Amino acid sequence: MPFISNTPQQQEQMLAEIGLTMDELFDDVPRELMAEAFDLPRGLSEQETRNRLMELAEKNATHLTCFLGGGFYDHFIPAAVHSIVSRSEFYTAYTPYQPELSQGVLQATYEYQSMICRLTEMEVANASLYDGGTALYEAMMMALRITDRNKVIVDDSVNPIYRVMIHSYTQNLKIELEQTHCEDGLTNRDQILQIIDDKTAAVIVQNPNFFGCIDEFSDIAEAAHDKGSLLIVSSYPVSLGILKTPAAMGADIVTGEGQSLGIPMSFGGPYLGFMASAKQYVRKMPGRIAGETLDMSGQKAYVLTLQTREQHIRRDKATSNICSNEALCALTALVYLSLLGTQGLRETAQLCADKAKYAYKRLTAIPGVEPHFRGKWFFNEFVLDLPYEAADVIARLIEKRFAAGFPLGRYYDGMENSILISVTEKRTKQEIGMLAEALESVL
Amino acid sequence: MKLVFEKSVPGRRAVRIAPTNVPKINIRSDLLRQKPANLPELSELDVVRHFTELSRRNFGVDNNFYPLGSCTMKYNPKVAEHIASYPGFADLHPLLPQLRMGGMLTQGALRVLHEIDLLLREITGMAEFTMQPLAGAHGELTGMMIMAAYHREQGNKKTTILIPDSAHGTNPASAAIAGYSVVSIPSNDSGVMDIEAVRQHLNDDVAGLMLTCPNTLGIFNPHVKDICDLIHSVDGLTYYDGANLNAIVGKARPGDFGFDIVHLNLHKTFATPHGGGGPGAGPVGVKKKLVPFLPVSVVIKRNDGTYALQYDRPKSIGYIAPFYGNFGVVLKAYVYILMLGKEGLCRVAENAVLNANYVKERLKGHYRLAFDRLCKHECVFTISERMAQNGIHAVDIAKALIDKGFHPPTVYFPTIVKDAMMIEPTETESKETLDSFIDAMIEIAEQAENEPEKLKTTPTTAVVCRPNETIAAKNLNIAYL
Amino acid sequence: MVIEGLLYTKDHEWARIDADVATIGITDYAQQMLGELVFVELPDIGKKFAGHDELAVVESTKAANDIYSPVAGKVIEVNGELESQPELINQDCYNAGWICKLQITDTKSVESLMDSKQYEEYLGGH
Repeated sequence: MPFISNTPQQQEQMLAEIGLTMDELFDDVPRELMAEAFDLPRGLSEQETRNRLMELAEKNATHLTCFLGGGFYDHFIPAAVHSIVSRSEFYTAYTPYQPELSQGVLQATYEYQSMICRLTEMEVANASLYDGGTALYEAMMMALRITDRNKVIVDDSVNPIYRVMIHSYTQNLKIELEQTHCEDGLTNRDQILQIIDDKTAAVIVQNPNFFGCIDEFSDIAEAAHDKGSLLIVSSYPVSLGILKTPAAMGADIVTGEGQSLGIPMSFGGPYLGFMASAKQYVRKMPGRIAGETLDMSGQKAYVLTLQTREQHIRRDKATSNICSNEALCALTALVYLSLLGTQGLRETAQLCADKAKYAYKRLTAIPGVEPHFRGKWFFNEFVLDLPYEAADVIARLIEKRFAAGFPLGRYYDGMENSILISVTEKRTKQEIGMLAEALESVL
Repeated sequence: MKLVFEKSVPGRRAVRIAPTNVPKINIRSDLLRQKPANLPELSELDVVRHFTELSRRNFGVDNNFYPLGSCTMKYNPKVAEHIASYPGFADLHPLLPQLRMGGMLTQGALRVLHEIDLLLREITGMAEFTMQPLAGAHGELTGMMIMAAYHREQGNKKTTILIPDSAHGTNPASAAIAGYSVVSIPSNDSGVMDIEAVRQHLNDDVAGLMLTCPNTLGIFNPHVKDICDLIHSVDGLTYYDGANLNAIVGKARPGDFGFDIVHLNLHKTFATPHGGGGPGAGPVGVKKKLVPFLPVSVVIKRNDGTYALQYDRPKSIGYIAPFYGNFGVVLKAYVYILMLGKEGLCRVAENAVLNANYVKERLKGHYRLAFDRLCKHECVFTISERMAQNGIHAVDIAKALIDKGFHPPTVYFPTIVKDAMMIEPTETESKETLDSFIDAMIEIAEQAENEPEKLKTTPTTAVVCRPNETIAAKNLNIAYL
Repeated sequence: MVIEGLLYTKDHEWARIDADVATIGITDYAQQMLGELVFVELPDIGKKFAGHDELAVVESTKAANDIYSPVAGKVIEVNGELESQPELINQDCYNAGWICKLQITDTKSVESLMDSKQYEEYLGGH
């Protein structure tokens, strides 16, 4: 039998030793609750399984040149990343409950937290959350706890996927969510300054925002702090290779999706939600945190710390119900950043921006293709207006082997002709040129 | 061991970025960071050595027996890892199916999601699953949100959730975050939720019940169906925490017990790796009347045999994850189920329960059983009176086990048993492994009764010994800056 | 150890009543049960509490416990020393380890408290 070590003889031997039959082992389950039969297929051999799954994998389109982003990006991943995180001492372990046997994961977690702090210039970070969306929701809940208020302002240039998630999560709670509307490509500060008041727990913004535009939130941070509210910034970690950090803008809590840090796209997960904050809020933070300490002989060691915030101790009064983190994804991000180093990350981020600008110039030179937001700085994504419905144009470009971008009409009324195009360092000048030719040919 | 940052040598590089021939742009300087992110500067060899050394300071199922109770540390088949790295899965952009006709670009992935849904329905007796919850606790929250949506639609004003005192902390935390208050129900002398206590706390405010069955003591509640019926009598809903499904998978189905909502931990029962603490996956299955409330999107099979995502579900609780769940994890569980098949799946619980009872019977003369009765997938011991008199606690037994080469069981949980040691061997372990673990436990028991001071300084073979948690919490150092 | 002259709650808080001001702390029994404390979350000055409201939180590495206000009152002073030295509660829970002072707003709330003798009896039953 696959994955069961004991032979039938051994099973008999063990049953004899404990004086029961296999059926008697289930005597405590009322007979009427036992299932009569399961309608399941026969088990497959490894070879059959691999053939079947290879066939399914080939039904997925990975031949497309990817200009699709929207918060989830096709970055280059060095081979050493996979090689390291495939070490089974990491991936077949569980939560580091026994620090003596988990110094590897614990030190890696501490290093990961340090790495997130260095990237964002924040003071503290947790061991990670499920993804960028749940991290943003958790940040919002954290702000509610810190301020003891119940109003939250979100600009609609924050990833719409995250906004709909926050909407779902707050359905049963007494939280007043107010949305401001981005008009010119930047967060709508006029509207935010108008509605922010002393009931506001937090203002949620994103940089670069969903449209790819680069913003600077110092003014919003100041206004928020004046009212005793917090500024929550959702950020794109690769962009922090060159862009101003959330800390430098006055952010109180920073979250983001870490997928771009060496984690494959894998059709939506597993991903990595990161969270960092000012040190004074660390006890209100959700999720695991690794900390440095000393062991019995006085040597440096790492443990999970501040656990009294967590569900296994605080139960219904915990800062969150989360009981794991995305440890292996956090390790992946740590390895990726260790391999890239200061210069590598800076160059990667710069290349994203350079190639995006190049693509922007090539594409806006096509008759009928116009920039949607003019005169705005963008990082590696930008919005173009097409003469026809963007969804339609994108469908035609798929036939030419391009995933050319995302149709914004899906989430924004009135943007049916707008396409969000993403360019990572992985795209070549040649690919960008070919996209421009293909786009021109279908218009 | 030095931190990766302490090994940094200015100017050293691991990754060379491909040269490009597009012009460099100069973003406005007030939008740029003042100084570069201070990351380590290392060669590829430095990085590989650093993390290889870290991995040697870690312990996984592949190292040796890992009987961590309630966590189901079974063997994680290598073929699942292999398949998850196929480019057709790993390199698939999650937004593709949201493009026009984009579903046709991801037929393989959508089929995986649909077929595992069908398999899990059959395994649990539920009507439909969502693969979206990203972990067990996330599944609990999703379940609670479905419960709240149901009551809202029914016009019910219900405020409380009943949860046994032996439950995982995630249960009360999830209920609280969904906006409910929690009523803790004590366990009775047999270690299970007392049906009389449920009756006493039953009233119109009760929105539902969360139950793990068998519970964290490894005990199956014989009144589980009656308890579900009671909750239903006040239009409450019943939630099955599938953390311990491994004990009954292939033998009995929570849907048949009367549960309305279940979550499964794919990283437990369905053998996906725990990753050092995640990623997991916590699919949620519901009975027919709750299907309309499942999160969007939903994968459907169309009449022409193709698969598509459906978003038009007006009663849905909405989006709880960015896409379709932790697809990479779900895929591995799918592979596992395909390989086990009907005959294999029915052997899982049998062998998990056999192994647990074998350990229980062989150790019961040496440690005190919290409940001396037939157990399911795990058994809970506590220290003997003599050990207690010697000042020995569960932690000492755990640390001594490390020196014998084993991962300790879960200790101090469930909290209702003092000095609890919760042992879950899983079905994948062999008799030889169990025997060597049992021998080690017996040796430690003898030491605990006769030379207790020796246990107090264990482990002596690990890279560190009993790190001080008080220092960590008081002199908080959680980042190297 | 129970001190005469103080009033006690079933949740193991003590109150020292001096005219209309109550000084609040946790008892020796409570600090022993919690073990070495690593953090105390103090209430904000000026905040009002009814009797048995959650007033403060004390944490060891293994537990976090709510401290309930023994009486109804407004916070007029907190023991800021505890922020850097939570262990003061372990060392001297009835004096240096006091948590906060409340201006009593409802004198009736004092009446339900136990005196040292009653509290000792209550502990005996534990």
